[in-house]
Amino acid sequence: MSRIWNFHGGIHPQENKQQSLTIPLRQMPLPKRLTLPLQQHIGTPAIPTVKVGDKVLKGQRIAEPSGFVSIYMHAPTSGTIVEIGDYPVPHVSGMSAQCIILEPDGNETWIEHQGVEDFRTLEKAELAEIIRCAGISGMGGAGFPTNIKLHLSDDHIVNTLIINGVECEPYITADDMLMRERAAEIIGGIEIAAYLIKPTHILIGIEDNKPEAAVAMTEAARTSKLNIEVVVLPTKYPSGGERQLIKLVTGVEVPHGQLPADIGIVVQNVGTMSAVYQAVHDGKPLISRITTLTGKALSSPGNLEVLLGTPIADLLDFCGVDSSKQSRLVMGGPMMGYTLNTAQIPVIKTSNCVIAGTLEEFPPAPPAQSCIRCGNCEQVCPAELLPQQLHWFAKGKEFDKALNHNLMDCIECGACSFVCPSNIPLVQYYRYAKSEIRNEQQEQRKAEQARIRFEARQARLEAAQQEKEERRKARAEAASKAQAAKRKAPVTTTTDSAIDPEAELKQLKTQAAVARTKLKKAEKALQEAEQNGADNIDQLKQDIESAKQKSELAQKAFSDAENKAPAPAAPSLKDLKVAAALARTKVSKTEKVLADAEAKGAPSVDQLKNSLQKLKEKAEQAQKAYNDAEASETAGNVSNASSSQGTQSTAASTSAAQPIDPPQNDVKALKSALAIARTKLKKAEKALAKAEEEGIEELEDLKQAVAEQQAKTDSAAAAFAKAEADCQTAKEATNQGPDIKALKTAAAAARTKLKKTEKALADAQAQGSASAEPLEKALSGLQAKVVQAEKALQEAQAQEATLA
Amino acid sequence: MDAILIAVLALLGLALAFGALLGYASIRFKVEGNPIVDQIDALLPQTQCGQCSYPGCRPYAEAIANGETINKCPPGGESTIQALADLLDVEAIPLDAEHGEEKPKAIAFIREDECIGCTKCIQACPVDAILGAAKQMHTVIESECTGCDLCVEPCPVDCIDMIPIETTLSTWNWPAPKPSEQLIATDRGRGELFDGSAAGGSQS
Repeated sequence: MSRIWNFHGGIHPQENKQQSLTIPLRQMPLPKRLTLPLQQHIGTPAIPTVKVGDKVLKGQRIAEPSGFVSIYMHAPTSGTIVEIGDYPVPHVSGMSAQCIILEPDGNETWIEHQGVEDFRTLEKAELAEIIRCAGISGMGGAGFPTNIKLHLSDDHIVNTLIINGVECEPYITADDMLMRERAAEIIGGIEIAAYLIKPTHILIGIEDNKPEAAVAMTEAARTSKLNIEVVVLPTKYPSGGERQLIKLVTGVEVPHGQLPADIGIVVQNVGTMSAVYQAVHDGKPLISRITTLTGKALSSPGNLEVLLGTPIADLLDFCGVDSSKQSRLVMGGPMMGYTLNTAQIPVIKTSNCVIAGTLEEFPPAPPAQSCIRCGNCEQVCPAELLPQQLHWFAKGKEFDKALNHNLMDCIECGACSFVCPSNIPLVQYYRYAKSEIRNEQQEQRKAEQARIRFEARQARLEAAQQEKEERRKARAEAASKAQAAKRKAPVTTTTDSAIDPEAELKQLKTQAAVARTKLKKAEKALQEAEQNGADNIDQLKQDIESAKQKSELAQKAFSDAENKAPAPAAPSLKDLKVAAALARTKVSKTEKVLADAEAKGAPSVDQLKNSLQKLKEKAEQAQKAYNDAEASETAGNVSNASSSQGTQSTAASTSAAQPIDPPQNDVKALKSALAIARTKLKKAEKALAKAEEEGIEELEDLKQAVAEQQAKTDSAAAAFAKAEADCQTAKEATNQGPDIKALKTAAAAARTKLKKTEKALADAQAQGSASAEPLEKALSGLQAKVVQAEKALQEAQAQEATLA
Repeated sequence: MDAILIAVLALLGLALAFGALLGYASIRFKVEGNPIVDQIDALLPQTQCGQCSYPGCRPYAEAIANGETINKCPPGGESTIQALADLLDVEAIPLDAEHGEEKPKAIAFIREDECIGCTKCIQACPVDAILGAAKQMHTVIESECTGCDLCVEPCPVDCIDMIPIETTLSTWNWPAPKPSEQLIATDRGRGELFDGSAAGGSQS
């Protein structure tokens, strides 16, 4: 008998284990429905490998691990997968998570499975793989995948394997029952584990309140070739905690921040060992477990072998629950378990106990009083922390101080709250503080990540900006160099006027303008002088004469040069457009001036009228030139023939190379024209509305203008639509892809418009405005358009699909 | 006379020696930048949302170091203000409503069938969390999104939603225990008498 050490603190709560040990192990009948949560273990949830409607056999794989710390899942019985969805799972939060719902067919047909005759012939990795494929995770505590614990990397030399049969929490007897009933299986599992990790000592820890289990295990251990020692420990809560058990049987303390494996110790639960045995010897995956059902609300409490996924409500019914007596349903033990809000949650791989407690058994917690600093909590803390101090820090949200007082070493056993005379829910404070700290750490990590990305982006943008700046500088330098070169050789450039005729023309134009201005000034001066009766009139007249001459000369030189200029590059459409616009502006300005003059009765009215006439003519000419040019260009584009102007032939030839482009440009131009027309129309309408409000008489005129504008817009829209249709048919012939995109965009735009109109309508209705009706009309029109656009899109997509 | 001279020389020598030492130390152990800015920056949530009216978290950290108030960060909320107040040893003041209010954490989501591929949201994202190209559908990299809202405004078809992050089993947190210690002795047994679930299962 090896020596038994002791750990600090611990408590002796009422055991309440006898109730569930009066009846031997029973088999739970097949339930109607099995709910299998995808996360029954620590780590990441498993991924389903079956679909709804699939028929599965007992033991068939239904989900696979999604990462290293994740496990396989198997169908607990044969049947049909009826659903994969969110259902309440055993968790403190009472939240739902993804579950696979299996409806048993009642046949219990096993999938083909085969055990290993002698596991010693297998490689360690192969054996670990069998355990992994059986979906075994720790069945005592958090549910850590067993294969990882049993197949450690080579730098871990394990000297002690401890089998945990302590089961220190009150009420729970699942492991006790397992050890009594299946001691040989557990020993078989231990042999497999021992083969995998090659420990020098194997110890089984059992509390002295389970003498029958200890006897059964000792006898079973004697049959094994291995030297397995059963250590009977004094009953004390929480001696079943991993670190506490290690301290008890070896005297070694696991250092802060390290795992038992780091000091050469592996602890396994007896239930896990039995599952390992079944997986290796019989080839059966983990699909059932022993669960204790106890509590005073049950008429026949006891241990049941339950298929995973069985609803707890079924278990309670089986054990004869008296729902009038039941006040609280607890999952797990009374110390570390949690209250369930519903019985419609399933049994999972870690569910060792369900307590249906009455009000006397689980009285509501009395209200917490102030801490009286008695220090009882410190004396019972098995982790040797300062619970009182941690309580203050958690309450004051001084989480960093709590962290410095090793809050993270707290095992949440509940011994401190058990002894607290003020009934302070200490463990809740620690759990709260722990999750806040974890949260904060995670947010810190995320913020750090965001900061790195932000800075990287900033650097990238800056680099791009700098590059741009450098390019700009290089260009400027090149330009200044070129200018310097020009200045160095001025003779060659000025003599050869053909090189830069445009610049010369400009210069001449400016000169002519200057001369005209001078002339005007002189005339004005003369007028003033005449009015004032000054005596230098003659002198002025002479000046004017000379100025006139100069001006004429300049004008002549300019026009000569203009004529001489080698057929100036065909005035582009843009230029013509600008010229037309300029002419129009001039006309309108002159009209205004004329109106002013008329109002004032000035004598210059006639003159102004004349010039207005001229300007109008000019404007018309400009417009006509523009129209001609536009027409010829479109014609040239469409026919791909060279236009009448020689210089455009190059443009035409380039357009000939890209037959699709010009109509697109055309469409674009038409689109912008349409947009302009629309804007004008809107403006006109606005003006009309304003006029109506103010009751101005020119209402009729405005109305007419609006109508005209409307007509123009309509024609523009028609032209645009036609052009677009043309363009699209052209495009369709060449390429289907962009068409769909365009349609998609159109559909999206239509939807957005529809939304906007709806909003406007709602606003209008809310304000009781008169414009609601037309808006409604417009809305219905838009809706029709959206439907149309979507239909077109769908058709196009369908067409494309058939084409593909 | 000699004694005075020796004393003067000795002190002079000491002064030179220590001066040299200090001069060396000031060069050798020079602190680059203002360390407090880094500390402040580490406390800010790094959403880079600009709601504080500074272009990013670091500029705001610099402004705080130069005396700006600490209550202009809505994404950080009360906890950030508290942390900043602790760091700078100033009083924690309530969040300045002018810069927005503390909202539940959210991430951007692009309704992908409505996206027209304009890249405007990509240009707006301060942490490059939006993936896409011109005339191609865009999508948000969920794990990198800081929920700063900056992509919502530029979207021409309003196809970006800010979806609050839902609590899952892995992100669920224990709530803080309800303080009931204000009860006076005669109220004992009345307070949370029938609130069984709130007290948790840890007490038998």
